[in-house]
Amino acid sequence: MRTIVCIKPVPDPKHWNRLALDPKTKTLIRKGIPGTINPLDKHALELALSLRDKQGGEVLVMSMAPPDSGPVLNEALAMGADRAILLSDIAFAGADTLATAYVLSAGLDKLGEFDLVVCGDQTIDGGTAQVSAQVGEFLGVPNVMHVTAVDVTSSGSWLIHSQIEHGYVVVEIKPPMMLSVLKEVNEPRYVTLMNILEAEKKETRVWSSNDLELEEPWIGLNGSPTCMVDLFVPEKKNKAEFLAGEPREQAAKLADRLHRSGFC
Amino acid sequence: MTEIVESKIWVFVEQRQGRIADVGLEILGKAAELRQSVQGKVAGVLVGSNLDALADQVLCYGVDEVLVADDPLLADYCNQAYVKAIEAAVKSWQPEIFLLGATAMGTDLAPRLAARLRTGLSAHCIDLHLTADGDLLSVVPGWGGNVMARVSCPRTRPQVATVMPGVFDLPEAGEARGRKISIETGLQQDDITYRTVEVRREETPKGGLETAEVVVAGGWGVGTKADWRYIEELASVLNGAVGATRPPVDEGWAEEHGMIGQSGRTVRPRLYIGVGISGHMHHLVGLKNPELMVAINSDPNAAIFNHCHLGLVGDFKQIVPALIETIKSYSSTQ
Repeated sequence: MRTIVCIKPVPDPKHWNRLALDPKTKTLIRKGIPGTINPLDKHALELALSLRDKQGGEVLVMSMAPPDSGPVLNEALAMGADRAILLSDIAFAGADTLATAYVLSAGLDKLGEFDLVVCGDQTIDGGTAQVSAQVGEFLGVPNVMHVTAVDVTSSGSWLIHSQIEHGYVVVEIKPPMMLSVLKEVNEPRYVTLMNILEAEKKETRVWSSNDLELEEPWIGLNGSPTCMVDLFVPEKKNKAEFLAGEPREQAAKLADRLHRSGFC
Repeated sequence: MTEIVESKIWVFVEQRQGRIADVGLEILGKAAELRQSVQGKVAGVLVGSNLDALADQVLCYGVDEVLVADDPLLADYCNQAYVKAIEAAVKSWQPEIFLLGATAMGTDLAPRLAARLRTGLSAHCIDLHLTADGDLLSVVPGWGGNVMARVSCPRTRPQVATVMPGVFDLPEAGEARGRKISIETGLQQDDITYRTVEVRREETPKGGLETAEVVVAGGWGVGTKADWRYIEELASVLNGAVGATRPPVDEGWAEEHGMIGQSGRTVRPRLYIGVGISGHMHHLVGLKNPELMVAINSDPNAAIFNHCHLGLVGDFKQIVPALIETIKSYSSTQ
């Protein structure tokens, strides 16, 4: 069985206060902010690894990211992926979800046949949750999002639990497919020092736009149909009036306000 | 398709098992408002099977047209089949704007549809504007709601966006008006690329939380199931209902049907008290216009303090018991 896990390096949330907007391209400047693997992508990788543990086969990780993303791919290799592919080219910069999904699907096409492509349901930065379904569309394979459980049946079809409002649906599907997972799907394994040392021997290949079959009008900033007009910090219209004092005093003041407003 | 569709703003009115999701109607309400500035018409788009009654229902929400893809193959949601049906309609009638709810279904259908149509999609919008030229400007939260972006889609059509449930008011149903138009789906069995074997939804009657005048809600900061009793007791002395963010539900401290927010319920209390809640947008979108909004949190920089009227900073395990005691003393003296 062959699984490819798409991961995204995201800026470490601890440093989000250093984010800025490029006034010309209107894209986020993330330079100098350390990257980390998007948290839900670890659950995606765990799903791939646990399937490999049971059925054998190969787990690859793929990311479209800047050239300095090696350390984030190494995290995935240390977790147990067999090898990594980094799709990196200045021509990919400024891509929205459509242009990102297009390049990822070209990378997946080049890898050839697979049973499963899997990723996290959402990233913690942009958080659009759009790329997985778009990769599915470009590859022409079915996709299921919001996945909370995966059962592989003896007949070769898969039963996928997918979260909906106030419940879930179970769908039956056959590979090849694209899944995007929620954290409920599993608990990612821990990485040991030994794993990290082993990861250094594993291969990371870098593919640029020349290595892929791409139509130029669909990549990067120019290939992105959406345009970020501007970024702003939401208006803080109801900045709270803080009640001063020790806990008991604050509680007494609040009780008094509630009493005067007729709530008690 | 031979009929003429005049609407340029289309709203996907999501239904599952014959039940319309509120968010589709909420967006129809907003679309009616946007329509006034561009003199455009609005269509609801219904996809499924046996939709006659639902189509009549949609006509009561101020649409000019309802476009109906009614096919037994669409009885269960399958994104590729839904995309194919909608694509046929979009290619025939060329809407400028296509809006969907940011639900489990909408967040799956919209990106697949946008990729098929090779057009732009903005996600989880919390507001929508039209420019003087009729271009859509979507307000999109990013970075955990700390930053908002205004996103446009200048070169391709339709401009597609998913809208967070609960950000626009649910309109009242009025007199039925407008036309029903069928979408010829052209679907075949092999367009169904996965089969639904089970749909499980917790059926909780409306009422309780949704109609409560007082809601006391707890978040991750409550910390343990044992301490969740403070939330319940405070709600009880105020004759209110208990609400929660997602983590207490996930942890099993709170009931699933108590969850307020994007993937939970929308509440309209006069008084809201949030305890140990950081103030994520996903929760706050489920809280509508409280007269008095109070937050108790140990972190003075918690985002919820930017949204509430009164803030108490400190350990809720000291504040809440004292509050309960004082409230009880008021009721005993009355």
